[in-house]
Amino acid sequence: MSFRKLPWALWRRQIAAVVRLELKKTLFARRGLWIYFLAFAPVLLYAAHSFVLIKAGRRGDFGEDTHMFAAVFQFFYLRLAIFFGCVGIFMNLFRGEVLDKSLHYYFLAPIRREVLLVGKYLSGLLAAAVIFCCSTLLQLVALYWYFNSNVIQDYLFHANGLGHVAAYLGVTLLACIGYGSIFLAAGVLFRNPLVPTLVVLLWETISGVLPPLLQKCSVIFYLKSLCPVSVPASITLDKGSLLTLLAVNVNPASTVTAILGLLTLSVAVLALSSLRLRRMEIEYGAE
Amino acid sequence: MNDVAPDKSIVFEDVSKFYGEVLGVNRVNLSIPPGITSLVGPNGSGKTTLMNLMTGLVEPTRGRISVLGLSPRQPEQLFRRLGYCTQYDSFPRGLTGYQFVYSYLRLFGCGHAKARELAVQAIGRVGLGEAAERSIASYSKGMRQRIKLAQAICHNPAVLVLDEPLNGLDPLIRAETIALFRALAEQGLHLIISSHVLHEVDVISDQVVLLSNGYVVAEGEIRGVRDEIQEHPMQILIRCNQPGALASQVFLHDYVVEARVLHDGMGLLVKTRDADRFYLLLNRIAQNGIDIESVAPADDDVLSVYEYLIGTEEPPK
Repeated sequence: MSFRKLPWALWRRQIAAVVRLELKKTLFARRGLWIYFLAFAPVLLYAAHSFVLIKAGRRGDFGEDTHMFAAVFQFFYLRLAIFFGCVGIFMNLFRGEVLDKSLHYYFLAPIRREVLLVGKYLSGLLAAAVIFCCSTLLQLVALYWYFNSNVIQDYLFHANGLGHVAAYLGVTLLACIGYGSIFLAAGVLFRNPLVPTLVVLLWETISGVLPPLLQKCSVIFYLKSLCPVSVPASITLDKGSLLTLLAVNVNPASTVTAILGLLTLSVAVLALSSLRLRRMEIEYGAE
Repeated sequence: MNDVAPDKSIVFEDVSKFYGEVLGVNRVNLSIPPGITSLVGPNGSGKTTLMNLMTGLVEPTRGRISVLGLSPRQPEQLFRRLGYCTQYDSFPRGLTGYQFVYSYLRLFGCGHAKARELAVQAIGRVGLGEAAERSIASYSKGMRQRIKLAQAICHNPAVLVLDEPLNGLDPLIRAETIALFRALAEQGLHLIISSHVLHEVDVISDQVVLLSNGYVVAEGEIRGVRDEIQEHPMQILIRCNQPGALASQVFLHDYVVEARVLHDGMGLLVKTRDADRFYLLLNRIAQNGIDIESVAPADDDVLSVYEYLIGTEEPPK
């Protein structure tokens, strides 16, 4: 069957049906409350920071706060909040249904398993993007809330501030895309989610010291390359420290390469998952 | 089992399934025609494995399966023609009965109006119309069983696979459900049903497949299966006014191995190795003065066949 003759309209409708079903489960599941806490913890932190400064009548340092945000974004938000948030969202898309013994309903519908995978992935991505992009925006609002409006306007319209906001949102979205694909694959390929999570965490942590080719097989390499503000040396301490290892990208990729690289990595991981999913059997008894 | 064309039947060709080193089913060769076919056997005999194989939920280790000419590895075509009501008593979280069936139909690519119409129709057929808007979590076991059945039939499939579909149903709903199965079979559907309740299997089935330890031990119409069991003489119940005289006459023939007068003194239970010759003999005896009220086979039901072929691995109900 030629590419144009494939039933794209049907697949689109089926993907929409899967997204509708999954989104409610993903966004409003009680067992996913910890993801909201993880995502919005920095917002609370920045709000408290701003509140304390306002109460104390002190004026903050815009540059210092911008660097603080960059550090928290790289060290906590990308590496822990989004990372583990994606574990919670994407790993459960298939794995959770196996544990609930309800995956067979999808397997008994006239839907290609690749289409099902795309639908589930998109629903997870939509949920993760809504949660984490909202949090990124709210973090920026909470952080800069106590500054004079002229300072904020200057930053946004004359000092590349809008570009930074867009870049942080873009990096957040790309992090969801990258980690989402990896943890969806982990949910399809592995029975115990702990092992792949720890392996990926370790891989992402040490990617900075890996050979350049292997660095390109990590999500964080591309994300670090795209972060608009570098973490200052005063935060990363001395050259050989762990924080330096986590934050610094010796050979960062260009923006285009980073975006294409991360998307390619995600598509490759999803393609691998779809091969496994194609042959996946329902054996709840073994769970 | 029959000579129906492969694109009109469900065909297993030398199918085996192993779960690691554990045998699911072994060397199964079957051709299942339209009508109601019951899979009968004790727990672990391979009934559910056979159903999961024909629906692609598990893949055969060896062999080939075809459902109306389609491979179970073609879900996009197969499940437009097949519905499967599994034994799993679990549902996607947070859905009402209606949402459960409706969402499934949307996965077919149906638009809202069409999905709504088919969902309402299917839920009505299983008698759950009034409970459709309630959460499935609040349903009784019987209602959950019926909503699964509604989902399996909602797209008007040509093949319906039902794993223990009568479990948890009260007698009235059970009778209605059996009537629904019969109506569907009369429309030319294939119904593959697994059940432990042998007297129900006997009532509803057009043919049976008896399984034991992963092997098919017998298949076909139940009376045909019984005829092939040579080592157990056929039992025939005769109601008559002179059972003693009848016994003395039938004992003259070597193909009659036992004749026992019934407790009420109004009949005879005969065991014979050749039922056809025995029926001819009865005709002759009836013409010679003994008033025979009725003649009926006493052990050509599923229960007897099950006991003869499978034994007492699990007490049948």
